[in-house]
Amino acid sequence: MEIITVKSLYFQYEKEPILKNVSFDVKKGEFICVAGINGSGKSTLLKLLLRLLKPTLGCADVLTNNVAYLAQRASAFNPDFPATVAEIVSLGIPIKMNIGLREQRKTVDNALKQMDMLDYRNQSIGRLSGGQQQRVLLAKALVKKPDLIILDEPTVGMDNGAATQICCLLGKLNKKENATLIMVTHDVPLILNHADRILQFEKGGIKLSSPKDFYQNIALHD
Amino acid sequence: MLFLELFSFEFMRRALLAALCISIITPMIGQVIVLKRMSTVGDALSHTGLAGVAIGLVLGFNPIIGAFAAAICAGLALELIRRRFSWYAELSVSITLSLGVGLAAVFSGMAPGAGFYNFLFGSIVAISNGELFSIAMLSIIVVGITIFLYRPLLHIAFDEESAVSAGIPVNTINLIFTILTAVAVAISARTVGALIISSLMVIPVACAMQISRGYKENLIYSIMFAFLFTMAGLILSFYFNLRPGGAIVLIGIAVLVLLIIVRPRR
Repeated sequence: MEIITVKSLYFQYEKEPILKNVSFDVKKGEFICVAGINGSGKSTLLKLLLRLLKPTLGCADVLTNNVAYLAQRASAFNPDFPATVAEIVSLGIPIKMNIGLREQRKTVDNALKQMDMLDYRNQSIGRLSGGQQQRVLLAKALVKKPDLIILDEPTVGMDNGAATQICCLLGKLNKKENATLIMVTHDVPLILNHADRILQFEKGGIKLSSPKDFYQNIALHD
Repeated sequence: MLFLELFSFEFMRRALLAALCISIITPMIGQVIVLKRMSTVGDALSHTGLAGVAIGLVLGFNPIIGAFAAAICAGLALELIRRRFSWYAELSVSITLSLGVGLAAVFSGMAPGAGFYNFLFGSIVAISNGELFSIAMLSIIVVGITIFLYRPLLHIAFDEESAVSAGIPVNTINLIFTILTAVAVAISARTVGALIISSLMVIPVACAMQISRGYKENLIYSIMFAFLFTMAGLILSFYFNLRPGGAIVLIGIAVLVLLIIVRPRR
């Protein structure tokens, strides 16, 4: 069953075309890695999927309203920001859900457990490392049990160990919870073991490949 | 017994009740302002509020209404200028502050009597029953709305972009918050003084940040600190014939310095 359908999508800022005739589908439970050089249109595609931009031509349909988005963050949070991990994760619960405090606590704890962060629930968010903060933000995205999670470079600025840990958690989320993930990254090899398909941006168009083909292509060019 | 003497004076009972209201609403507003890294906004709004007081005194209408209207206009101007200079957002505070000081300076020269001076440092011991009633009612409204908007305000203070993507009407909530800040400024101008409001919004929050871990915990500590400062300031000013507003702020600063010294960085 498709969760995203993109057909003959064109998008341009003023006169400069960014996306030209892009078409692809994403099935429920797939893990898609979006790669490409800076300015190739990766973030524009995410904004179109999130309905923050309108296509110039064609369509980019997301067939669910339950979408979580993890924006790109250039730096860690202010270390003096007075909020606990649990308080931040609870912000992900939609106000419309209108659940009691006990249920809210349970939901928050479940999301933290999925991200291996339950032991930190009463810690101040600003005192955690960059990798731990990103896991808290992932837990915040998970509390509403989204059908689709869109991530814009979630491992940016992290050391290799922390980035690998995040990718493993995302892989586990995809396999165990059947969550659909769209993740933009510059570090494709890091996610190759977990992704189902690689969506590579090339001069306004896209090329879809399996991780194996992508890897062979890299080896061929090297 | 000497302490109980305070409560035998009706004006002191009124002052203590007004101080209680102020010590609840100023940190509630102040916490969001501090966490949005706009601590100087209180200064800009209070100085513009002072201009509203002066205009009210010159034109013969209630100066509190003048302060309220001017503070709202200043809040809206801040937002507009902030959008125009998005990379230099702090410019908006400086420009609004300058406008407020300029207008206050011009109109205070035309204001009759010593009324304007009372609004600089406040006159909490001189408030009437009617004024106390207005302060209490407005405080209940500010507290009610701030509690209602507790989660969206935390979300906006933590990460405005994430709040937008979560579907929170950020612009509307920012506008409501500006109005609440203007109410707090107008109430405080009459009681602790326009020049002291922003200190009362910021210092209790800064003290709480030295010892708290969470947002709710920080808010509770901020209110407790503000209550402690206003009560101690009032009592000291009663026995040593000091200006209450100034005494409240100096006690707050002393406690903050003490906390910074005794609390190692976490």
